[in-house]
Amino acid sequence: MVEELKIDNDQETKDMLENSEYKYGFVTPIEQEIIPKGINEDVLRYISKKKNEPKWLLDFRLKAYEKWKKMKEPSWAKLKIEPIDYNGISYFAAPKEMPKSLDEIDPEIIDTYNKLGIPLEEQKKLEGVAVDVVFDSVSLVTTFKDKLAKLGIIFCSFSDAIIEHEELVKKYLGRVIPSGDNYFAALNAAAFTDGSFVYIPKGVKCPMELSTYFRINAEDTGQFERTLIIAEEGSSVSYLEGCTAPKRSTSQLHAACVELIAFDDATIKYSTIQNWYPGDKNGKGGIYNFVTKRGNCVGKNSRISWTQVETGSAITWKYPSCILSGDNSVGEFYSVALTNNKQQADTGTKMIHLGKNTKSTIVSKGISAGFGQNIYRGLVEVSEKAENARNYTVCDSILIGENCGAHTFPYIEVKNPSAQLEHEATTSKVGEDQIFYCQQRGMSEEDALSLIVNGFCKEVFRELPFEFAVEAERLLSVSLEGSVG
Amino acid sequence: MLDIINLHAEVEGKKILQGLNLKINKGEIHSIMGPNGSGKSTLASILAGKEDYEVTDGDIIYNGESILELAPDERAQQGIFLAFQYPIEIPGVSNGYFLKEALNSINEARGKPVLKPVEFGKLIKEKIKKLKMDDSFLKRSLNEGFSGGEKKRNEILQMAILDPIFSVLDETDSGLDIDALQIVADGVNSLRGPEKAFLVITHYQRLLDYIVPDFVHVLVNGKIVKSGDKGLALELESKGYSWLEG
Repeated sequence: MVEELKIDNDQETKDMLENSEYKYGFVTPIEQEIIPKGINEDVLRYISKKKNEPKWLLDFRLKAYEKWKKMKEPSWAKLKIEPIDYNGISYFAAPKEMPKSLDEIDPEIIDTYNKLGIPLEEQKKLEGVAVDVVFDSVSLVTTFKDKLAKLGIIFCSFSDAIIEHEELVKKYLGRVIPSGDNYFAALNAAAFTDGSFVYIPKGVKCPMELSTYFRINAEDTGQFERTLIIAEEGSSVSYLEGCTAPKRSTSQLHAACVELIAFDDATIKYSTIQNWYPGDKNGKGGIYNFVTKRGNCVGKNSRISWTQVETGSAITWKYPSCILSGDNSVGEFYSVALTNNKQQADTGTKMIHLGKNTKSTIVSKGISAGFGQNIYRGLVEVSEKAENARNYTVCDSILIGENCGAHTFPYIEVKNPSAQLEHEATTSKVGEDQIFYCQQRGMSEEDALSLIVNGFCKEVFRELPFEFAVEAERLLSVSLEGSVG
Repeated sequence: MLDIINLHAEVEGKKILQGLNLKINKGEIHSIMGPNGSGKSTLASILAGKEDYEVTDGDIIYNGESILELAPDERAQQGIFLAFQYPIEIPGVSNGYFLKEALNSINEARGKPVLKPVEFGKLIKEKIKKLKMDDSFLKRSLNEGFSGGEKKRNEILQMAILDPIFSVLDETDSGLDIDALQIVADGVNSLRGPEKAFLVITHYQRLLDYIVPDFVHVLVNGKIVKSGDKGLALELESKGYSWLEG
């Protein structure tokens, strides 16, 4: 659907584009176990066995696989996707030496995470942030696990959760996103390898940020992780995920599932800083980021808030959503999506109002530069029984240059006449006048652009935990490099 | 300090400046007056380096060197400041943050140390008080929702913080009431000094009661047709421009 666009021949622009570097594009040289490419029942059995999974989980995988085989890739998104060879991907890659503790982790990997700004060594650990470290198909380590356990909080890899907290996983897995929900969710349900598991017991406010750092390292592999967060009555948690991948000329698939469940008076705040390798300036390589994220506000007065900053990936296809089942529950979606060069993003949210007096807020900020295509797609649905539902949506797009595009597809379905919905949308160009004004005050053109774009995103950034807001601003500036001139 | 030599400029093929000559020395305040469309604001934009204008002939020499090839930010870093006739709004960027970023860019380019937040806070408090502005001003988005007077005062605040060498004021007086005019003029006067120079572009003589210029020039059809002292401004006030347009 994306138009073929002419190549910009302006030499200066070209030079600048080539100068803009993806900082995290290196490969970690370690010995890895990578299973042969392709997907079939044997592969799923292998993964399941490797992780010592109970039989019910293998059955869950096999059922999902049966469903997936009968499904077709979705084609409704306004995306131009090269055909994906699902048998050209390896579904499991892990370091050969699996560490039993932090001390046993390969120094190369420690070094990798240092470069990514996530120190793993005990003495350098980030204060106030617990990290689950996922490297290709496996979680290597989870920090502050014991400290959190004292409060009854479970924060561990999905693999550990299956072994150590089987009943919880069994109870909630697939409850928000059924295994046959959509093509990529079904693929994930069949082939997921690891991810994070969070359980916050009744009445506990998690005292630190929980986060997962996803890193793809191996070539020709896909990453299929699964995250499950359960917040019991009266509890609260703030969780953040970050992700990067090496620079490669072939695209890699990342198809994740995230399920959130919030009971009475519970709050889950889920933030994403997505910085997968975006491909080169001609659109070669880069991650296909096809992700299903959904939360269910099961309980009364519960709240689920999604904040995402999407700057990476060649293609982004994700719609973090909220099912507002509990009365007075609140769903929020704050999004910044940036597409530069040949990146494409089709992203947005679904707010499904089922309970009474439910409220949702959607703030979407799309930034398109270069030949980037940025699509907001969102659904607000108010069911018959959802008395007094409220939604406020604001959807702004900003364009940088002449060759990019911004598109908005808002869907609204209201079945209860008491609903009140507001929708605002704007599209603007970064004004030359704005840039000139900043330059006249001494700032370079690039600094000016980054200042203006960060201002545009402010409403979203202020939803992020403070440390990460700073990171998001920096990331946005780096991702915009080369888009002026 | 500044020497404009036989400057010809056009925008979208339309000739606007047609052989403008002007020399400004350190310590001087010059005023340019003229009817609408005479090229006053074009001159201001060209001095600041706006891309839309094409200089077809002539030169602008600033501190001994041509600045025609310099980008707007390089000119700003060398001490050229333009107080905009219509200050631009930048949503989501606080006024205070913008000023800090601007000052840091300029200090960095001049090899001066970048101010610590505390030092910057002190500096800005002092300046803001002088201009009789409220502290809340700094937290608001840059120029967004500002009244006309607030925008103009904000330009003067920026000038006071960035401490330029050569400042161009493009119709800073338009839309100001007498009180605001007085504040703006006080701001400019406090920046006067033997090493500084100003070019004040205005329609009205009244600003020049507060900022007394050393020279007044009349711009008509892209050329300076008459120069004099403050008396010339008074003469224009009573006689209009038509006698000079010939």
